[in-house]
Amino acid sequence: MTLQPVENELIRLDNVRKDYVIGDQAVHALDGVTLSLAAGTFTAIMGSSGSGKSTMLNVLGCLDRPTSGSYTLDDDAVSELSDEDLSEIRLQKLGFVFQSFHLVPQLTVRENIELPLYYQGVDREASAKRAETLAERVGLGERLDHRPNELSGGQQQRVAIARALANTPRLLLADEPTGNLDTATTQQIMEILTDLNSQGATIVMVTHEPDIAKYCPTHLHMRDGIVQRYSGPGLRVQGLDPEDLDERFAPASVATAGGSS
Amino acid sequence: MIWLRLARNVRLGVKTLLLHKLRSMLTMLGVVFGVSSVVAMLAVGEGASREALERIRMLGSNNIIIESTKAAEDQNAGNRRINIYGLTYDDADRIDQSFARVTNVVPVKSLKREGRLGRRTAELRVMGTTPGWFELVPRPLVAGRRLVDADVESLSSSLVLTEHGARKLLATEETIGNTVTIAGSIYEVIGIVEAASAGSVETPDEQEDAYIPISTARQRFGDLNVTRSSGSFLREQVELHSILVRVDGDDAVEGTASGIRTMLERFHKVQDYNIAVPLALLQEAKRTRDRWNIVLGSIAGISLLVGGIGIMNIMLASVTERTREIGIRRAIGAKKIQIISQFLIETVVLSVIGGIVGIALGFAIPWAVTRFAGMPTEITAWSIALAAGISVGVGVIFGLYPAARAANLDPIEALRHE
Repeated sequence: MTLQPVENELIRLDNVRKDYVIGDQAVHALDGVTLSLAAGTFTAIMGSSGSGKSTMLNVLGCLDRPTSGSYTLDDDAVSELSDEDLSEIRLQKLGFVFQSFHLVPQLTVRENIELPLYYQGVDREASAKRAETLAERVGLGERLDHRPNELSGGQQQRVAIARALANTPRLLLADEPTGNLDTATTQQIMEILTDLNSQGATIVMVTHEPDIAKYCPTHLHMRDGIVQRYSGPGLRVQGLDPEDLDERFAPASVATAGGSS
Repeated sequence: MIWLRLARNVRLGVKTLLLHKLRSMLTMLGVVFGVSSVVAMLAVGEGASREALERIRMLGSNNIIIESTKAAEDQNAGNRRINIYGLTYDDADRIDQSFARVTNVVPVKSLKREGRLGRRTAELRVMGTTPGWFELVPRPLVAGRRLVDADVESLSSSLVLTEHGARKLLATEETIGNTVTIAGSIYEVIGIVEAASAGSVETPDEQEDAYIPISTARQRFGDLNVTRSSGSFLREQVELHSILVRVDGDDAVEGTASGIRTMLERFHKVQDYNIAVPLALLQEAKRTRDRWNIVLGSIAGISLLVGGIGIMNIMLASVTERTREIGIRRAIGAKKIQIISQFLIETVVLSVIGGIVGIALGFAIPWAVTRFAGMPTEITAWSIALAAGISVGVGVIFGLYPAARAANLDPIEALRHE
């Protein structure tokens, strides 16, 4: 029994498992997930800690390989790839935004944004131009030569977003991107992400805050390594029917906020 | 393109190292001292051996020196009235005629006699020899001229002093043409040559030599030499005290020497001669130098090892400290090899800069040794090349492990690292 793919499929998981051994106990961080996710979606992965949502993000982000099952990203069977090829996929197709920003402290804003381009071997002139465009886009055009420790948390996260976009990724992965930010800054960051999504970017975000998740049209709830329920467009999960959008997560408030950043 | 990229990587490496200036400098010190001790020790060793080799070369590396000695079993031939031993004129002629590669045979009669110039006297070693001597034992002429064939043919009373002997007799350039009295005979000083340097290696010439034609020496002194020792007369009959032989190339030295040995064995009942081959001494000295170079090099090598371990230590600390950065770079898409090259470039930059400073210091130390301790030193090109190669090698070898460790970190773990 195979899952019917969604239209315009970008991500395909087939019975993906990820087991860890902690002490003498096997932990099933992912316990057989089969799903299909369309390009252009903005998905929130939710769940309590230990539900497997971080493992899910690591697998989707090609940082971790599933113990079994297959993962196809943009028609590449990435679960089959070597470490080096996975690096190449991350370099060409993925962008990461982390909770604690993860900028390289000794590099300037410009150099941080240029980092993926540096590894891609883009020449310096094109790379510099791209960094400037991206910095403008996240509203940090004036701060290109600052170092991360001279910036506020919100500014650092915007640099991180600019860096994640430098390679024009097929998929943007965000791990609690607003976890370390105050409410006002959180809103700024979420507006940027919503805006990016409205321009066609596919975003998968892990969060445990319903307030944040409500910016996302598509939701996926995890528990004990399996998808418990899901809702929204562009997602199909094996053995589950989509639920109606929870009242609490209705992206109505976002619709007006979006596009204004 | 690849060079452009490498240049960019090196620039980034330097920038990272400059973030911790003191730490980078201290790390570098190990290599600085290691490299400078390699250069300095080799320079001191090379200088010392160069001096020894120079002295041996003064013997003439294409020369074979045969000297008359009293045969061991004949030492106390007291019952004989005259003790006859040593090399003969026939030996010299036979050597000259028998060996194709011998270019020159110089017979020498050598006698200790007192010389007198005006009111000064000095103990001289009177050397009856041929003009060939000055070819085999080349010493610069200070004044006048050397002996020529005509002197030998005409049994002239010409005398060539050494600079040292001349000084003892208070002879100067103006002395040329004056007469020196030796054992009742009068000799005309025709020239002064530089003396052998006083040193550990025995050269054929000595400092108080006085050279006269061999024919004159034979006529005036004969072959019988009577010396008084502890109350009794010691009569010795020696035709030639030494024979110097020159061959036409390094490769002929050993063969000719053994040929001469075989020949002399046939004509001498006892071994009353000794054959010395300067080339063999030279080779021995070179072996000694090589041994010294190995010893000194090993000591320097150990200090380099310590320097390298210092680098490795700091780089391991740096990898731990920058675990998160490594995780970030890996998440962004850096391949393992790119992480390795990043860290390797940093260590190589460190060790190469340390190497450059070390080489500079390695020039300064031998200079100071020569200047203040008066020891000869010699910085060779190969020791610089060695030091440069070693400093790059240290960077690569001791950087490889920390770099590999950085590259093999699990990106997820690395990102979580606080």
